[in-house]
Amino acid sequence: MGEHVNKWPARLHVVTGKGGTGKTSVAAALALGLAAGGHRTLLVEVEGRQGIAQLFETEQLPYKELRIATVAGGGEVRALAVDPEEALLEYLDLFYHLGAAGRALRKVGAIDFATTIAPGLRDVLLTGKVKEATTRSHNGKRVYDAVVLDAPPTGRIGRFLNVTAETAKLTKMGPIKTQSEGVASLLRSPITSVHVVTLLEEMPVQETLDAIAELTALRIPVGRIIVNAAKPALLTAGKVTKAELKRGLAEAGLPTDPATVAGLATEAKDYLTRQGIEESLRTELGESGNQVIELPFLPQGVDQAGLDELAAALVKA
Amino acid sequence: MRSPADYSGLVADLTAERLDVDDLLADPATRIIVCCGAGGVGKTTTAAALGLRAAEKHGRRTVVLTIDPARRLAQSMGLSELDNTPRQVKGIDGESGGELHAMMLDMKRTFDEVVQQHTTPQRASEIFANPFYQAMSSTFSGTQEYMAMEKLGQLRSTDEWDLIVVDTPPSRSALDFLDAPARLSRFLDGRMLRLLTSPARTGGRSMFSLVTASFGLFSRTVQKILGAQLLTDLSGFVAALDSMFGGFRHRADETYRILQDPQTAFLLVAAPERDAVREAAYFAERLVAERMPLAGLVLNRMHRAEADSLSAERSETAAAALDAAGEQEMTADALRVHASLVRQIRREMTVAATFTDAFPGVPAVSVTAQPADVHDVDGLRTIGALLA
Repeated sequence: MGEHVNKWPARLHVVTGKGGTGKTSVAAALALGLAAGGHRTLLVEVEGRQGIAQLFETEQLPYKELRIATVAGGGEVRALAVDPEEALLEYLDLFYHLGAAGRALRKVGAIDFATTIAPGLRDVLLTGKVKEATTRSHNGKRVYDAVVLDAPPTGRIGRFLNVTAETAKLTKMGPIKTQSEGVASLLRSPITSVHVVTLLEEMPVQETLDAIAELTALRIPVGRIIVNAAKPALLTAGKVTKAELKRGLAEAGLPTDPATVAGLATEAKDYLTRQGIEESLRTELGESGNQVIELPFLPQGVDQAGLDELAAALVKA
Repeated sequence: MRSPADYSGLVADLTAERLDVDDLLADPATRIIVCCGAGGVGKTTTAAALGLRAAEKHGRRTVVLTIDPARRLAQSMGLSELDNTPRQVKGIDGESGGELHAMMLDMKRTFDEVVQQHTTPQRASEIFANPFYQAMSSTFSGTQEYMAMEKLGQLRSTDEWDLIVVDTPPSRSALDFLDAPARLSRFLDGRMLRLLTSPARTGGRSMFSLVTASFGLFSRTVQKILGAQLLTDLSGFVAALDSMFGGFRHRADETYRILQDPQTAFLLVAAPERDAVREAAYFAERLVAERMPLAGLVLNRMHRAEADSLSAERSETAAAALDAAGEQEMTADALRVHASLVRQIRREMTVAATFTDAFPGVPAVSVTAQPADVHDVDGLRTIGALLA
């Protein structure tokens, strides 16, 4: 077993974050990182956005677990885009042998209808599929060492994971209730860990803290705060003066005209403002009591090499 | 090919025609501006800044409909709760005769009002008590989008406002805003509900028999899975809603038509990030396909270099030389800050170009990134000035 097992003890890693924070990239990197050393992981998306396919630059993912990456040492990452309609059909087929009749229902829109009318039903199907993959075994061995879920954003994560409450609004008994209870107990066990991705910006940090409070109140285990795209501090001096800049520019043989000096001074001042804000946000995150990891900003964008870099940084942390 | 230094200080120099925001805001024919785009690109701030500018500079009686504003921004506009009523924003310059009002959407209350409007009080209270209604009015995927559209229709129909600026919900996809009403009205037109609750009624057509047979099986299955109570609730819901289908659909269709009318202007909002720009491109394609009036693209958070005569490479070389000499540490740092800024601008221009190259006819304007988030009226005024 790789060294990451102790650092990332859960088996189901739920990755959320405000839109635009890069949660899909972080989820993918985590799936890659946890696959290192001969493990098999599953990366799951549930919102029909095909974000995984875009990230790995592959064809659209079908409702099937397909290998999307291998890692050195024999590990592999499989990916699955869970579609609620397919999940419902699979569920009906499994428990009620509905087969062709189920597909006929789909044609007339009944499945769309059923998953639409009751959003709680939709979510329990999605999380149910994730649970099934997390606990699936073959010949007495777990199929996946870890499952990483690219989950809905922070604004919807509490409702999405609080499946029992949502389905209880609609049904007091029956297999769906049993199913949602099974999902709920998995989500509240040490097998699960919810990680929140953020940027060092005000809104994402606020939503991160709100989501952590909400999940904690639901007794769903919160794992780490992952600060994405963190940039190193470039300016160590606390103060920038034009006179000093002018001397420095002259020393370096660069133009010392007033426009250049004033321009650089303004840029440096804005940079310091930004840096100060980032520092106080970092403090705020640290005070939440959750472990914070920072992932480096990737200037070239998140390509294959970038994902590997993030993966390495995650499992090291 | 321009040298990297040429990009610095030239953030507004996109290849596209420049979007004239003041023209749009001043034009009395512009009655609705819809801001749409991916989550986290500054839609709410853009909507609020546009509203403020329309009121202060162009003397228009303006209302901004926000969906989920950041707390501090909402407070600065005097919105302390979701009360579904436009409130006049204080602290704005009213010399031009304009006014700015703002409101936050209360999805559940808007839905309740729609129900009340389309049915009798007794029916309405039956509907409110039904668990399906309760689930749907608060969690139906698309209810928020639909209710934003509904609220827009209400605001427009009173003819009380010169200009309505709408901030769209933080959807899974920006396209949800356009698709939700159709989805909800398809749902509410009841065909499926009726099939599900009384399959016998649909008999008669042979093509339908397999479906009907499946339906019997399906509703039995649903009964088995969800319990009989659920179907009873569902039929109750159908019966109660039956009386208002017509009104509901009519209203949705009407609002959709308003959006296609030239009195409406769609503004795509994006930040110079791959995903946000891709989303804007999807939306642009869709608006063109639906013949909806696309006014332009607002690119938020574009960076701008002030020392525009220095290239990134030259700055870095100089910084390294200063380091080697062990002197002028602060200047070396400032040069590295400048170099990283210039490189960032270059990346942003590349990302922005993927949109402007694909839609050369769509005018665009870029807004310089602010060092700190905007949460007061002064900040909105600054953004408004940058937009115009």
